[in-house]
Amino acid sequence: MNIYVLLKRTFDTEEKITLSNGKINEEGAEFIINPYDEYAVEEAIQIRDAQGGEVTVVSVGNEEAEKQLRTALAMGADKAVLINIEDDVENGDQFTTSKVLAEYLKDKEVDLIIAGNVAIDGGSGQVGPRVAELLNIPYVTTITDLNIAGTTVSVTRDVEGDSETIETTLPLLVTAQQGLNEPRYPSLPGIMKAKKKPLEELELDDLDLEEDDVEAKTKTIEIFLPPTKEAGKVLSGDISAQVGELVQLLRSEAKVI
Amino acid sequence: MASKFLVLGEVRDGSLRNVSFEAIGAAKVAADGGEVVGVLIGDSVQALGVELIQYGADRVVVVEDAKLAQYTSDGFSQALLAVIESENPDGLIIGHTSLGKDLAPKVAGKLEAGLISDVTSLEVAGGNTVFTRPIYSGKAFEKKIVTGGLVFATIRPNNIEPLQKDESRSGDVVTLSANITDLRTIIKDVVRKASEGVDLSEAKVIISGGRGVKSAEGFEPLKELAEVLGAAVGASRGACDADYCDYSLQIGQTGKVVTPDLYIACGISGAIQHLAGMSNSKVIVAINKDPEANIFNVADYGIVGDLFEVVPLLTEEFKKLKVNA
Repeated sequence: MNIYVLLKRTFDTEEKITLSNGKINEEGAEFIINPYDEYAVEEAIQIRDAQGGEVTVVSVGNEEAEKQLRTALAMGADKAVLINIEDDVENGDQFTTSKVLAEYLKDKEVDLIIAGNVAIDGGSGQVGPRVAELLNIPYVTTITDLNIAGTTVSVTRDVEGDSETIETTLPLLVTAQQGLNEPRYPSLPGIMKAKKKPLEELELDDLDLEEDDVEAKTKTIEIFLPPTKEAGKVLSGDISAQVGELVQLLRSEAKVI
Repeated sequence: MASKFLVLGEVRDGSLRNVSFEAIGAAKVAADGGEVVGVLIGDSVQALGVELIQYGADRVVVVEDAKLAQYTSDGFSQALLAVIESENPDGLIIGHTSLGKDLAPKVAGKLEAGLISDVTSLEVAGGNTVFTRPIYSGKAFEKKIVTGGLVFATIRPNNIEPLQKDESRSGDVVTLSANITDLRTIIKDVVRKASEGVDLSEAKVIISGGRGVKSAEGFEPLKELAEVLGAAVGASRGACDADYCDYSLQIGQTGKVVTPDLYIACGISGAIQHLAGMSNSKVIVAINKDPEANIFNVADYGIVGDLFEVVPLLTEEFKKLKVNA
């Protein structure tokens, strides 16, 4: 089984977001593997361990993403590929990323591609389905369970809380939802081994792509922080009086009831 | 500049979801005086066309096929692409729902188009439709435009105002035939877990429980309050991890992002991971024993107290209101 995992390096979920010069300030921030992509890495490793094969983790980004790819290798992935577009692409979008990934994957022998269902920074959730479309393979998003028997695949998908069981075939792309598995922490031997595992670095040139081929179709014109919320009203007094006051406030002041 | 926008009406259990009407509202803004065309896809959905028109669509195009009885990305994208080909619109707006999130990127990929996902507001400025959307789980926002081709966006439910329903409006509802072939994913079974209550993503009021509910039974008072208010029940990751409730209820960075009019957080400490899923709610009420809990920093109103004492009292108060109303 040839499994590819699409991985994005993102801000740590606990980071406070600040702006500098109209952009998100990355100075000193901690970066992690996008949490949904961690489920993807874990699932890929489990499938390989059960059915044999190889797990390749692929990231589109800049050289900084090497750290997250090494972490995935330390978890147990076999190979990593970093497609560094930093020098060629100033402002990419989901079209850019999916085009680059599809171009890399199109001549590979792919059985299964696993991605996170959304990245917690940009939050668009587009790249998985776009890549599947460009490769002309089926996909299932927000999966919580995956069973492969030969080329037949049974997938459970989270649909706003309901769950759908879907039957499909390989080659296939799936995107991971929380609940799919419990991602492992890299072990110390894993971290040692990861240092020697292959990590290939590519640029657009290596994929026969020009900047124009991957030019973004959308543009961010402004980034801003939400207005800081005024301190709320913590009520006081007897609990039942507080409850009465709260209901009044919700009716007359907040006007939501 | 006036332009033509398509809006996909999303059907669930035989009715249109609210987000369809919100999408028409968004398309009206984006079309800037132009035409808004509703699109319905399913096996028997034509009768719903009139409702799209009453909410502001000028006319409706329907694609019906037995293979479209259930949503599949292959079937629905073929139908939608057929409508796009026939209508040649300037823009397309879909709800940022499970269906929209699954379908829109495929269609955008096929058309090599830009797509702006999870939009919470929009305006027309300088000849562009400018879309605002949250990034970093709502800790920041960005304004985005499409730089060429189809103006394609998905909108987050509960954020964009629909137009008032006008039953006197009329318009054409016409059928377009599309060749639906090669469905590569087949739905074998659907287990309804969320259908017991109100849908979280579209709920106007949400009652949410955290570790403070202490057990699965601890959710009972929250459910009673939800019933009185016609609200949905949600939970923090802590409550889900502790097995007090199903993960389908989880609100947060992992889990659902919600923006109801009223969010009542019961026994929730307010970890950043949870705030990411609910901090954009219009009004937030916090009920927590710990006066230092972080949830009070984002709450509009707070009661420091035991949720098992406060929540039943709240239920009683709201019941009284209902009787008097």
